[in-house]
Amino acid sequence: MVYGAKSGHIGGSLSSTDLMSVLYTKFLRHDPERPSWHERDRFIMSKGHCTPVQYALLAELGYFPTEELNTFRRKGTRLQGHSILGKPPGVDNTAGALGMGLSFGLGIRLAQRLQGLEDSRVWVLMGDGEQNEGQVWEAAMAAAHHRAEGLFAIIDRNGIQNDDFTKTTMSTEPLDEKYRAFGWTVLSDLDGHDLTTIEQAYRWALDQRSAPVCLIFDTVKGKGVSFMEHNPSFHGAPPSDEEFKVAMAELADA
Amino acid sequence: MTTTQAPAPAATREAVGPTLIRLQREGHNLIVVDADLGKSTSARKFRDEFPERFFTFGVAEQNMISAAAGFAAMGHTVFATTFAVFAEHAFDQFRMSVAQPNLNVKLIASHGGVSTGEDGASAQSIEDIAVFASVPNASVCIPADVVESEAIIEAAANTPGPFYVRTARPKTPVIYTDGPRFKLGKADMLRDGRDVTIVACGLLVERALRAADQLATEGIDARVLNMATIRPLDVAALETAARDTGAIVVAEEHLTHTGLGAMCAHALATTTPVPMEFVGVERYGESATWSEALEIMGLTPEGIAAAVRKVVARK
Repeated sequence: MVYGAKSGHIGGSLSSTDLMSVLYTKFLRHDPERPSWHERDRFIMSKGHCTPVQYALLAELGYFPTEELNTFRRKGTRLQGHSILGKPPGVDNTAGALGMGLSFGLGIRLAQRLQGLEDSRVWVLMGDGEQNEGQVWEAAMAAAHHRAEGLFAIIDRNGIQNDDFTKTTMSTEPLDEKYRAFGWTVLSDLDGHDLTTIEQAYRWALDQRSAPVCLIFDTVKGKGVSFMEHNPSFHGAPPSDEEFKVAMAELADA
Repeated sequence: MTTTQAPAPAATREAVGPTLIRLQREGHNLIVVDADLGKSTSARKFRDEFPERFFTFGVAEQNMISAAAGFAAMGHTVFATTFAVFAEHAFDQFRMSVAQPNLNVKLIASHGGVSTGEDGASAQSIEDIAVFASVPNASVCIPADVVESEAIIEAAANTPGPFYVRTARPKTPVIYTDGPRFKLGKADMLRDGRDVTIVACGLLVERALRAADQLATEGIDARVLNMATIRPLDVAALETAARDTGAIVVAEEHLTHTGLGAMCAHALATTTPVPMEFVGVERYGESATWSEALEIMGLTPEGIAAAVRKVVARK
């Protein structure tokens, strides 16, 4: 998709792929046949530039034809560069400017509670670079204040942001202690590419009833493609012709 | 007390809490969110009757607006309340969380304009109309009195999509003593006239009417339009005014180069250009009583009348 569009965010999509696959296939209460089902869980893609992985998943799950993936970022497409609520069906938030998804998810969670939707939950995926945004911490404070259990923050800690490594651009550590201090229940240092670990973490989160839960996964930006892994150059740049061939071969072998 | 007695002056912000209570009682599905200013905006009155539908987010307007969007995505009509200067703080959240998905969030911002007074420049919003009218799918309104304020809040609840309302801090005279005449997107002609049209909004409407009284004694017959809806602007009423009276003065409690005046000039430039003058704010304000703060900026009946004399001379 990103190669075809000649633009898009490949690195952060690959670091989130395992986290999102496990969530969508085993935990998220959703129905591709009824994308507007009111009682569904909401998945909030706060790192709204990582649409490639979300669109690919939604298409595989049957929300829209996989052929449409080729229209990504092209004129007239429903598959906009950054997330748009309802476009395509299955996308539950508008994003692109970082830092707003946790607040949006908090509003949804409080509404679910008011409406008595006892089986519904909210899952918010954020990047670690995104933790620079002050609004994230406004939301963290408010979610704990309103005891928003059933709100799950998933942090894809791939260690890289737009320009450089996060530790070089803006240190956010210790993230786990920060969320704990804000009143969240936290699990950290999780392997974000080990499917069993991911599954256990989500299952554990569902059992926590006293506070919102933050799951911090260590991931590899550009996971699965040797020359993209841990490489800040592939935050927002598409692969070249030669790079594309090598990458597809490596992913096919994986 | 007789029915002919003039109603007591009231602030446009005073209508907010009571109107939201009435709308919820009448069957709306409201949520009210607040950023630690519920007493001043009067939104907190809603909490007393519907505590489960009232959420405070502390002094954190950005989180409040994105969370309001979340409530709206779940089917609620959400009223978000704060001061106008702090509403500006959450412009990007109004833009991306609310407006781009066209969600039902109504931002009711009190303490608009220099008439906020004593707190000085930081608390006097003179840019909020420019900020929120820049959102392409947002409705933007400023009530001229407390009666119109109630009507505008009700219209906001009944109009899909993003909405911005600026209310004011001081108690000011009631204009609509016989009840509201507000229609979203329509100017209200409070006085007809042949020589010039004064287009005003908010607290400047009552001052425009006083200016028209003064001008009448000088033989200048002024039409007065209350332009309570800034977006969508009533272009037809402006074009009619331009054709009928041949000159226009716009009066507002806002920067002239980005406010109602600029929008009226933009609307008329291609179809009905006529001589125009602008009464408004050109710089940041300072501490003073609310009426003094308006005087400092020339936002007085005398200031409006002077602009009218100037524009009539240019016809």
